[in-house]
Amino acid sequence: MPIDPNKILLSVNNLKVYYPITKGLFLKKTGDIKAVDDISFDIFKGENLGIVGESGCGKSSTGRSILQLYPPTEGEIIFEGQDLTKIKGEKLRKIRPRFQMIFQDPYSSLDPRKTVCEIVREPLDVHKISDGKSRNERVKELLNAVGLEISSMKRYPHEFSGGQQQRIGIAKALALNPSFIVCDEPVSALDVSVQSQVINLLMELKQSLGLTYLFISHDLSVVRHISDRIAVMYLGKIVEIADRSELYKNPKHPYTKALLSAIPIPDPIFENERKKKLIILQGDVPSPSNPPKGCNFCTRCPQKEIIRREKGIDCDEVEPVYKEISAQHWTACHLF
Amino acid sequence: MTKLLDVKDLSVKFFTREGIVNAVNNINFSIKKSETVGIVGESGSGKSVCVMSIIQLINSPPGKIVNGKINFNGVDLLKLNINQIRNIRGNLISMIFQDPMSTLNPVLKIGDQIIESLKKHLKMDEIQARKRAIDLLEMTGISPAKYRIDDYPHQISGGMRQRVMIAMGIACNPKLLIADEPTTALDVTIQAQIINVIKNIQELIGMSIIWITHDLGVVAGSVDRVLVMYAGSIVEEAPVKELFKNPRHPYTIGLLQSIPRIDQKLPKKLFSIKGLPPNLINYPKGCSFYSRCDYHINKCLEKPPEFKTANTNHKFACYVNVS
Repeated sequence: MPIDPNKILLSVNNLKVYYPITKGLFLKKTGDIKAVDDISFDIFKGENLGIVGESGCGKSSTGRSILQLYPPTEGEIIFEGQDLTKIKGEKLRKIRPRFQMIFQDPYSSLDPRKTVCEIVREPLDVHKISDGKSRNERVKELLNAVGLEISSMKRYPHEFSGGQQQRIGIAKALALNPSFIVCDEPVSALDVSVQSQVINLLMELKQSLGLTYLFISHDLSVVRHISDRIAVMYLGKIVEIADRSELYKNPKHPYTKALLSAIPIPDPIFENERKKKLIILQGDVPSPSNPPKGCNFCTRCPQKEIIRREKGIDCDEVEPVYKEISAQHWTACHLF
Repeated sequence: MTKLLDVKDLSVKFFTREGIVNAVNNINFSIKKSETVGIVGESGSGKSVCVMSIIQLINSPPGKIVNGKINFNGVDLLKLNINQIRNIRGNLISMIFQDPMSTLNPVLKIGDQIIESLKKHLKMDEIQARKRAIDLLEMTGISPAKYRIDDYPHQISGGMRQRVMIAMGIACNPKLLIADEPTTALDVTIQAQIINVIKNIQELIGMSIIWITHDLGVVAGSVDRVLVMYAGSIVEEAPVKELFKNPRHPYTIGLLQSIPRIDQKLPKKLFSIKGLPPNLINYPKGCSFYSRCDYHINKCLEKPPEFKTANTNHKFACYVNVS
């Protein structure tokens, strides 16, 4: 299904997700972990937007707060025209079938004491969709769609492999005919030979059911394969967002460049050549409870000195503005 | 060049309530001085169990090394008693593990954890050991080390913890370093730093490395020779360039094809190996890869294939000549 640039399915505006740090017996708040620190982006209908970043960058927190699994501290989440942050209780429950999630660890996201049928049926039971018999028929339909046999219905999660468990999770996410699915590292816990099976399945389903995905991953090779556009996150901020081919061919932000250069390629000759161009970052990631005053990447950025010399800007002190530098290509860096 | 480590006919089984798990089946391999060998395989391939057997780290029961000889510098490690093997661990053969948060002692300062092995194996006193510990931390990129040496593991980041593990691992200048997925739990940019650190140290002290990983990208850039393991056996062994250029075993071929590559044009659909990872309890009579193999023939069901040579230094276990 082609991406319709005029149809925005989801708009995230100035999203902040802060987790409080508490101390003492009365849990007095002493600070915040700024997991997501003022990000904005749109997702178009039919698109697969990838969010990449390393651990602690805020990508999972972004996914969860969009689905209202964790309330945003600030910001708007406009889904199909409605601001999800302003809807509560029964009203929110009624829209929930429209957006669903596929989790990272297939084993811990399935109830071990329920059969596959009960697990996949649960969303239908909760939202009281039609009746018992049709619900079972729907389960069969879903299992078929994800490539599992009907005999799976009576079995328990532990009887299946990681890849099969993830398919059960996908079947459950599809049960209510959502238009939007957040895939939170859906293949990271799987072996390489099984990852490709699940990635192919996700792509087929997107095509046949007209789904829109937010695909969260730390694996840039996987994201490149499945996403149309990609956002790179670092310490709670989006540092760059671009079309898939544009990002990998023309990365602009120094962090994106370092990230891309660090991905090991399964080709010894290529790797040997690349050693000469490898960008090895010095230093560690700052704490999200105490991010730098200026650019979040200033503690490790290889371009800091060049920016100071050529532009007279101190990256430690001045935060760069997030702006569009070429068509659909946004970044936040003093270099631009 | 003589062999530093020679593993012969190693078999390890786990005796569990559900049955006997054939974790490692009759494997043979060796390592030379200053060589880096990568062991590649997925969950259940037996790669971790295999290397942990080298320094007798398998929990027994339920695990048991049922057969084999592990020759290290002229000594059969499997014949050593617990005190003798303790003298070797951390000293001549060192191991670093996957998740540094669960392998570092949370109640000891990082300096003390390094000093512990220096005192025991190299018989250093507190002052000498502390100085050496600071040097080691600096070597791994923790700087300024004299201000970090008294930190606790929870006060430092994942990348730094792994560096502490590396410092502990090389403290006594081991002849062999076993790195079991040392960078899997780390972010890509930190992974690049850590691999760099390990390689620099290897050059400095001339140690051999066994590098275990499921990541073929890491293997391509960091090792001399590769062993591919599947369901407890080595299915292919070759120098790294040869393996990637000319994979012969259907599992290796499938594995290489199913990785999404950032440097290549996008295929419409990713290649995937059909079927599921092996069941190690009900071990099949023939080749363990049969049910997932696109090239199998009848013979594959009867008896597991033996090694044949593709060319110098390149062995693989398959009846079929896939090219």
